[in-house]
Amino acid sequence: MNVDWHAFLPEAIVAGTVILLLLVDLILPNRSKWTLGGITALGLLAAAVPIATLAADFADGGENRVFFADGYVVDELSLVLKGFFLASGYVALLLAYNTIEEGAYYRGEFYFLLVSAVLGMMMIASVRDLIGLFIAFELFSAPGYLLAAWKKYDLKSNESGMKYFLMGVTATAIMLYGMSLLYGATGTLTYSGLMEVLPGVLDGDTSSLAILGIVLVIASFAFKVSAVPFHFWAPDTYEGAPTPVAAFFSVAVKGAGFMGLVSLIFFALPAGDDVWRPMIWVIAALTMTIGNLIALRQENIVRLLAYSSIAQSGYILAPLTVAALPDGEGFGPGHTESLQAVVIYLLVYAVMNFGAFGVVIAVARRTHSGHLDSYDGLFAHAPSLAVVMTMFLAALAGIPPLAGWLGKLAVFTALISADEVWGYLLAVIVAVNAVIAAFYYMRVVRKMFAEEAPEEYLVLPPLQPTPSLQFTLGGLTLLVLAAGVTPMFSHLSEIATNSLSL
Amino acid sequence: MEWFDDWALSLATFLPLVGAAILLALPKERENVIKTVALGASILCAVIGIGILFRFDFSGDVAGYQFEANRKWISAIGTNYHIGLDGISLPLFILALGITLLVIIYSWDHFPEPHNPKMFLFLILLLETGMLGSFISLDLILFFVFFEIVLLPMYFMIAVWGGENRAYASIKFFLFTMFGSAFMLVSFLALYFMSTLPSGGHTFDIVHLSDQDLGVLSDLGTTAGRWIFAGMFLGFAIKVPMWPVHTWLPDAHTEAPTQGSVLLAAVLLKMGTYAFVRISLPILPDAARDFAPYIGLLAVIGIIYGSLACLAQTDVKRLIAFSSVGHMGFVMLGIATLTPIGINAALFGMISHGIVTGLLFFLAGSMQHRYHTREISRLGGLLISMPRLGGLLVFTSFASLGLPALAGFPGEFSSMLSAYQPAEGLNEAVFRTFMVIAAVGTVLTAGYMLYMLQRVAQGKVPDEWAGHTFHDIGTFEYMSWVPLVLMTVVLGVFPGILMSVTDKSVMSIFSGIFG
Repeated sequence: MNVDWHAFLPEAIVAGTVILLLLVDLILPNRSKWTLGGITALGLLAAAVPIATLAADFADGGENRVFFADGYVVDELSLVLKGFFLASGYVALLLAYNTIEEGAYYRGEFYFLLVSAVLGMMMIASVRDLIGLFIAFELFSAPGYLLAAWKKYDLKSNESGMKYFLMGVTATAIMLYGMSLLYGATGTLTYSGLMEVLPGVLDGDTSSLAILGIVLVIASFAFKVSAVPFHFWAPDTYEGAPTPVAAFFSVAVKGAGFMGLVSLIFFALPAGDDVWRPMIWVIAALTMTIGNLIALRQENIVRLLAYSSIAQSGYILAPLTVAALPDGEGFGPGHTESLQAVVIYLLVYAVMNFGAFGVVIAVARRTHSGHLDSYDGLFAHAPSLAVVMTMFLAALAGIPPLAGWLGKLAVFTALISADEVWGYLLAVIVAVNAVIAAFYYMRVVRKMFAEEAPEEYLVLPPLQPTPSLQFTLGGLTLLVLAAGVTPMFSHLSEIATNSLSL
Repeated sequence: MEWFDDWALSLATFLPLVGAAILLALPKERENVIKTVALGASILCAVIGIGILFRFDFSGDVAGYQFEANRKWISAIGTNYHIGLDGISLPLFILALGITLLVIIYSWDHFPEPHNPKMFLFLILLLETGMLGSFISLDLILFFVFFEIVLLPMYFMIAVWGGENRAYASIKFFLFTMFGSAFMLVSFLALYFMSTLPSGGHTFDIVHLSDQDLGVLSDLGTTAGRWIFAGMFLGFAIKVPMWPVHTWLPDAHTEAPTQGSVLLAAVLLKMGTYAFVRISLPILPDAARDFAPYIGLLAVIGIIYGSLACLAQTDVKRLIAFSSVGHMGFVMLGIATLTPIGINAALFGMISHGIVTGLLFFLAGSMQHRYHTREISRLGGLLISMPRLGGLLVFTSFASLGLPALAGFPGEFSSMLSAYQPAEGLNEAVFRTFMVIAAVGTVLTAGYMLYMLQRVAQGKVPDEWAGHTFHDIGTFEYMSWVPLVLMTVVLGVFPGILMSVTDKSVMSIFSGIFG
């Protein structure tokens, strides 16, 4: 079998890092285990190098690299997303570093699981057949069950891992069942095969089989991106898991879920659009509305961010409703715009959500609490954290010039570009939701600036986050500003959409 | 000077941001340095503003926009950094520059609790960038960004430095505005996708979109145009604010610190009315014609409702806030006539309301500073206890109620006048009825203003304050108020100096559209 090693190098490096971590962890004495974090970081950074060279190759007019019997495609979309997953893994590592080092147990395993998950995510960006999809899906999901239950003496963390596990295997089971139905109906497992066969099958006798298959596969991804009505695990899991892990779940795991969904919708199931379009429309509308409404009542910052991230999933799902509108031989307006919107939104969302979680981690180191009241008067005893948190929350609310507005803009753009009544209707639902969401984001902001801080914190010197948190938050702050006023993310999303034309 | 023409607007708009960044870097104990930096930044902006006034070609020979700049910005979504000034935006641009400077001067010794000049001035400078940017934007997305930038600073001003009920007022302001602007954004995008440039492709460019001869929107259907207009209307009308979406305004004004109220009344509200003139009307003239009677109706309801509400107020600031609803009603009535006279009147009304109501909020703030209350029933005899402050209050109130020869009169008068003869295609009887109702409104306005003066300025000093000595107007107060007083008189006596500036641009944009 011919393998394009250059194209596979990013995954190979990450896989190498996984093995290296396991081996080194065995040899190292306990006092030197801090080096494992460094190895992880270097491995993730090293994997970014071939991504850059591949991107340069594409910029020079390089073609998609296809191997593993059509089952693995390295195109510009997959490169952008792989870069995104590597960066997410890196940021999660920085956020987790102090928590893990202070916990001082199973450090090697933690890094090993984190990098394994990243590997699965990178694969899901490239897989173009159902078996590969399943393997990648499991590879990034399974480590998550362990990571969620990481605080092993904490009941909530155990509950969190358990819930995530049960929900996760349910999703897997549903997906497998859906895939088997699809295979039964079409007789093919590759995306290119599905593209070819599916239109005929949907017109034929076995159409109900294929339809059920599509519904089940899409539903399993709805689990992963915590879309309503498959969202119940998210708040409990995020709250119980170590906060850096929750951040990783809410950004990277969700991103991987979306990547899987996107590749199915754009490269395998466009013909089934009559099935998934209304389904995604309803799920998107429900997800953003219910996520936002429940977030209004939250008293714990992590649960609030969890429901906010559910709502944000709704926004990211929304543009997919205008993907693959049939128009003669090709696709109608909204096809490229929808992919662009999903990519921009994922990038923007990663920056602002990681940022918000980063502040939560930093603040919890002083207050040891996730209750919203522990943010009262934060500006008085941790001014820089309060200002930075305000920026991330305002970005999540979609207020320019902070990055979030670009995501909203892209979603609106996609929905409106299709020029369909239901597209406008969903845009209006997004608009109303943006206002509901602003209420709870601003509630946190108001607490930080307008409430009185507890005496015990005021006598302390201003809160200084740990160096790794300072570095992360500083970088994310710059990014949330820069991405809002410069075309960097929209440029990346444009590159990603090149994959559609090839 | 080529260089100045290209860069003046961007410089003036982003200089406050530079000032704000410097403020962030300064330690917060060094208050005098902080104040100096903020003042310096706003003075520099004002100097650039004066430079712009000198370089601006008032002759009317220059068609379109001056100080224009057009650069690529986010090409993936087709938006450009396109800015420029014409006779419509120039006065508002200068107003925003001037009011911010005066507010910063006033702040020198008037920091509301909880003090913290660093953050307070930081927010004012952020606001300045947002306000200036809104008036120079010639691209819909750029306009949206600046329109939204003012949201957070104003929210903070009310939420942190506000009065008793600040939490409620600030979030109400925030959510109302956001609700409107979300729909505004959807409308902008719909416009974008329905536009076709002669060279192909879509555009957010206000100049192209409003150029009816270019036919950028020739494919736009009537129904679609109405929906888009309605979406933008929601965004702009909330900002103005028009009845019945005005309810955020009295709360925001009452709770905001003096500086916040002044900026809100003098500049922020104008972003809504300005957007009608700059965006809604020229881009969607047909839809505007369909909506005009309803806009006019809401405007006169606002006039009457605002005046009646004023009669019932017991709080000075709340009274001035409701008077804003009425005054903005006159502005919107002028716009609704779709005539050059009406739109000129509206632009004049915006400026005069900015000056006069800005001054009124300054005065209300200073009264509160001295009495620690805004309850009208507890005040009285201001002319005795502080004759200068009292005199100024009388003067400004007269200007506000539309006394001829002061700034309030020309705008409201010509706005009513324009309703007598609305643009072609609009029902004369309806608009003449509006005119009569608006005229009743002026009587009511005079009524509530005089009633307020009677209770606050005249009469004896109440027992509560007998024996109290109050210090009359201070240096910084004089410095920030005198320019406004002068402008009130100048614009009242020579309304032509402003009308002639706006008129040329108004004619060139609207005379062709509404016939």
